[in-house]
Amino acid sequence: MDNPLGTSPDDVQFRFRDDEVADHGTVTVDACCEQTNATAVRIEPGDDARVLLPHLDRIALVEVNFPTFGDGRGYSAARILREEGYTGELRAVGDVGIDQLSHMRRCGFDAFAPDTPLDEEDAKRAFATWENVYQHAVDTRGGARRTIPELRHE
Amino acid sequence: MYKYDNYDQQMVDARVEEFRDQARRRLEGKLTEDQFKPLRLMNGLYLQLHAYMLRVAIPYGTLNSEQMIALGDIADKYDRGYGHFTTRQNLQYNWIKLEDAADILADLAKVEMHAIQTSGNCIRNISSDHFAGAAHDELVDPRPYAELLRQWSSFHPEFTYLPRKFKIAVIAAEKDRAAMRLHDIGIQIVKNDAKDGGSEIGARFFVGGGMGRTPMVAPMIRDFVPLDQLITYAEACLRVYNRYGRRDNKYKARIKILVHELGKDEYTRQVEEEFAHLLKQGVEPPREELERIKPYFSDPAFEDGPKSVDRSDPDFAVWVDRNTHRHKHDSYVSAVISLKPVGGIPGDATGEQMRLMARLAKQYSFDELRIMHTQNVVLPHVKIGDLHALWTELEAAGLGSPNMDTIEDMIACPGLDYCSLANARSIPLAQRISERFDASGKTSKLGELKLKISGCINACGHHHAGHIGILGVDRKGVENYQLSLGGSEAEDVSLAKITGPGFTEDGVIEAVDTVTNVYLANKQGEERFLDTYRRIGMEPFKEALYG
Repeated sequence: MDNPLGTSPDDVQFRFRDDEVADHGTVTVDACCEQTNATAVRIEPGDDARVLLPHLDRIALVEVNFPTFGDGRGYSAARILREEGYTGELRAVGDVGIDQLSHMRRCGFDAFAPDTPLDEEDAKRAFATWENVYQHAVDTRGGARRTIPELRHE
Repeated sequence: MYKYDNYDQQMVDARVEEFRDQARRRLEGKLTEDQFKPLRLMNGLYLQLHAYMLRVAIPYGTLNSEQMIALGDIADKYDRGYGHFTTRQNLQYNWIKLEDAADILADLAKVEMHAIQTSGNCIRNISSDHFAGAAHDELVDPRPYAELLRQWSSFHPEFTYLPRKFKIAVIAAEKDRAAMRLHDIGIQIVKNDAKDGGSEIGARFFVGGGMGRTPMVAPMIRDFVPLDQLITYAEACLRVYNRYGRRDNKYKARIKILVHELGKDEYTRQVEEEFAHLLKQGVEPPREELERIKPYFSDPAFEDGPKSVDRSDPDFAVWVDRNTHRHKHDSYVSAVISLKPVGGIPGDATGEQMRLMARLAKQYSFDELRIMHTQNVVLPHVKIGDLHALWTELEAAGLGSPNMDTIEDMIACPGLDYCSLANARSIPLAQRISERFDASGKTSKLGELKLKISGCINACGHHHAGHIGILGVDRKGVENYQLSLGGSEAEDVSLAKITGPGFTEDGVIEAVDTVTNVYLANKQGEERFLDTYRRIGMEPFKEALYG
């Protein structure tokens, strides 16, 4: 079926997961809640990520769209999904630039499909911007990474 | 004063490198100006009318003499020999070249300073009471809490692309010297009666204040947040805003509009719900961190000494009465260095003056200075016995104006002389008003009178909060000035009301004179201008202005 919404696996430029790339057409948040067999969903900036919570078990891919990089609602959507236990692929799509990568990664995104492919070297540097971090986010969950205040009191 | 450890230094150094990389990609054409703009803004770099402007963060307005010297040296080396202290307790350089920006940031990093998040739609420099740690009337020093918030808000991954800029102020006294309730979040550190009969310290949250084109006083949304939940609660406030703040119209994007449109109760309900969720996520820094920060702000070694001054020199006596603030130690005061010389540019200081203030801080104030939101500088801990020597040096350098909180101590934004947003000039108006009131000798008769001037509706000059406010507008290509009365940024916070039709530049100076005459004619007892206005209302002023 022609899918006007989602990105294809080929569009994914950076991925931090070992599992198969999910190759399902994404549906809107409303459609995902209605279709009990939908496994991939696309969140637009105005969507409430929390309406997906009852359906997280069957979802393998969440795309969060950034129509413009200055609209930061997707960062909250991503973090909320991870805080609620979502473990599937979380893909940032749209106007995703080098300078958003490190923060997006911290908020739980583990796949990136930018509209315009990014310079690989610049991206590598960007993902490594912060050797340490001040505040908790998805990357510090369960002690996976210690924050600076925690490191100070070890 | 707070000292960076290796982690803090590493964060600032990482940011300088990141900015160098961004500037490189801009030059290589990998970033468009549209993409680069928000990045340079988050490093405090604005394009103004004539040049780039760089805004340097001074966290909660506290700095040491080494930092002040560095600011003076940068003014000489990269600017035209001066800098401008702002209402966010920051410093702005108005004549910066883009190619120097990364070098300036590197110079700043050497003295633990930066320009991070001094602009852009992110959490800005945290402001606080300029007499923190010195004032006789504070519950505790608010700066450890401000420092905790500074670290939490620096490079916050979720809140870097908010609907609009976000300003937080922290105070810990009943007297509000930081315009706390005119902030996106205002926090007052308070004491609560604990269940066990003792008392505990916590935070009172006010959310949704601000000036700009839609001024609002922040309502209280929580009267007590325990200290070990402070960051979690702030995070909840921000998350609700990031998700639901308006993004369709930048003039309606501040959190005050969200709180106003949802209503305080509904916004509070959503915050409490998010707070309950976040409490389970463990996002609060360890409590030991606050305890680690606190000793950096502990009292210097105060010594007993004289508790009063020799008042035989009347000029000195006036300065002491006007420009010093009662200290918690009875042998000390906080001394205000006025950056409002008669006819000068409010908040401007030369590189040389900055270095002098640095030396005086070292000599007389335990190496510490503060920037006030009223664009003056404070030496927080001066021995009463040293005041005359200090004043003599300030006088010689043109920094001894005895005008704190008088009509000459006005706040003025840079206005059309510098700013690309302005509709009218603010600086010449400020200069002419101070000259006039000084010449007529009326300043001292008027006592406390807070005059605030903004050159456009964005209200950087806090005109909504002025006892007398002036707003510059553009009327068919001609600068026009609206007058307003009755504002206050203090604990008796209120928003000023417009008197009526606007005035020309000459006209508004006359109008200010007129309203001060109405005050003097109606004043009862010890009333300030604001008190008289509140008692007699707008009508007598209107009558005198337009009748």
